[in-house]
Amino acid sequence: MATNLPSFTAVDPGLYRRRKVTNAVGLVLSSVSMALGLIGLLWILWTLAYNGLSALSWDFFTKSTPAPGSEGGGMANAILGSLMIVGFAAVVSTPIGILAGVYLSEFGRSSRFAQATRFVVDIMLSAPSIVIGLFVFAIAVATVGHFSGWAGSLALSLIAIPVVVRTTENMLNLVPGSLREAAFALGAPRWKVSVSVTLRAVKGGVVTGVLLAIARMIGETAPLLFTALNNQFFSTDMAQPMANLPVVIFNFAMSPYEDWQKLAWGGAFLIALVVLAINIAARVLFRDKVQA
Amino acid sequence: MSTSATHPADDDTMKRDTQSAHSPTTQAAIAARVATFARADRWFEGLTLSFALLVLLSLAGLLVSLMYEAWPAFRAFGANFLVGTTWSPSDNVYGAVIAIYGTLATSAIALIFAVPISFGIALFLTETCPLWLRRPLGTAIELLAGVPSIIYGIWGLFVLAPLLQAWVQPLLVATGLPFFAGPPLGIGIFTAGMVLALMVIPFTASVMRDVFETVPPVLKESAYGLGCTTWEVVRNVVLPYTRVGVIGGVMLGLGRALGETMAVTFVIGNANRLAPSLFAPGNSIASTLANEFAEADPALHVPALFALGLLLFVITFFVLAAARWLTARGTRRAGI
Repeated sequence: MATNLPSFTAVDPGLYRRRKVTNAVGLVLSSVSMALGLIGLLWILWTLAYNGLSALSWDFFTKSTPAPGSEGGGMANAILGSLMIVGFAAVVSTPIGILAGVYLSEFGRSSRFAQATRFVVDIMLSAPSIVIGLFVFAIAVATVGHFSGWAGSLALSLIAIPVVVRTTENMLNLVPGSLREAAFALGAPRWKVSVSVTLRAVKGGVVTGVLLAIARMIGETAPLLFTALNNQFFSTDMAQPMANLPVVIFNFAMSPYEDWQKLAWGGAFLIALVVLAINIAARVLFRDKVQA
Repeated sequence: MSTSATHPADDDTMKRDTQSAHSPTTQAAIAARVATFARADRWFEGLTLSFALLVLLSLAGLLVSLMYEAWPAFRAFGANFLVGTTWSPSDNVYGAVIAIYGTLATSAIALIFAVPISFGIALFLTETCPLWLRRPLGTAIELLAGVPSIIYGIWGLFVLAPLLQAWVQPLLVATGLPFFAGPPLGIGIFTAGMVLALMVIPFTASVMRDVFETVPPVLKESAYGLGCTTWEVVRNVVLPYTRVGVIGGVMLGLGRALGETMAVTFVIGNANRLAPSLFAPGNSIASTLANEFAEADPALHVPALFALGLLLFVITFFVLAAARWLTARGTRRAGI
């Protein structure tokens, strides 16, 4: 480390200039990187708004996806399908994720079992979502013989649970030990301390985790490709293949029909809008929590 | 209770309380109450433990079921599955090399672009950015991580691919290098790598920023005090201190890139052949699965796809495990 540092024993104006130039070049390149990142974000958002806004109409929200070759149509069945699949997955994964997070933070702590669970949670957080789709296909589609909305929900739950576990545990670890000790000193049982003291103290953070998990699920496409599949018709039957926004966007965007591609842009704009809104809302919630 | 104890007038009631607590009936009631608490506690701990166990078992179940479903393919092709260069559902011959090459090549291109840019962003956010801008700019980068992959895919297909086809690829073809040969199609391995780069940047940049922030200010201040420029401080103090965490961030980005499905499927071209040129359409493990699985023949095609999925999972597992280990080591090093 020290050998790289310039020597100051002799004043060398050339060296001084070279150092200043290197510094300037490095910092300019760093600012350019930042600009590239921002341009990427703004470019994507602008493209979405430009192509997507014109696709949004009354029909978009009220009509079902069009049959091949037919005109018009909308995304009503896909929007409803996405809401049902994601909604059900959120209802299942929230309590499981929170309670598993409580275990890691309050009971397991540094036991070997808790360490192993933490490791698995971290792997599942970044595991390829298409592999989770394969797994759910094997256990919930191949066994019953047909694709279904339930299978889609199951796949999304497996993606959401690690997100909720991780944020819940991180939040609970921020609760000062003295708060728990005060509750224990009053004679409160551990479950009551968890539910009414520590979890309540980090309510905002836990809600943030659930919101982020929902945002993640709304955009997930790969695990739905061979679990919920798609359905051209309006259907509320979770036991049957079910239309959902991401898969419809994928199919329509890759299709040769221009009005299908337009619908895909509309769907993409809608998804991006909802996901970014949830992300921003979660950040606002969380910031208030930290400052409080 | 504690407030009443400080009040001298309450001494009598205190005494009465203690006496009554020793009476047999109250004692039994308290004992019963405590027993209920203990039972409820055991029940609650068991409940939370069972959900933690569920998470653990889901990974084990995933591995077992992938192996079980992939078994017919491994039995039929053996090691040839891993080294076979033909993937042909019509001939019922399946070799994974095309898909493995596609996955590795796209991820490598992504890292070549993403690592320096992520480093630049992290450097900007921790060293040069005005304080009031740090939060909004950091949030913008994190929002980029929140954009669903299907959005990157549709953007890559309709915006980036035509742009690369018209402006970038002809220039690179003109260099005459073998891996920039062939007609500029727009879609292909190169474009998939570019889209992946944009997707990986926010993850890698966030990790790098976080580990850069763990450098004790006194170290940086000493270097500045010796007359170092910002670049020299980063190069000679920050980077050596955070090396492990930075590599962890790169590995995390690699893990994301390897397993990314939708963005790649949109722009890789979905052709099951090996071509030396990066502009040729190809296929990655994930895009093969996304394209073929729903209509695959259950006899051998589905097991072959499961085998690909297992392969992808094993590769990403090791990459992510390494990333986790390195980032944990990188951020734990607080103090000097």
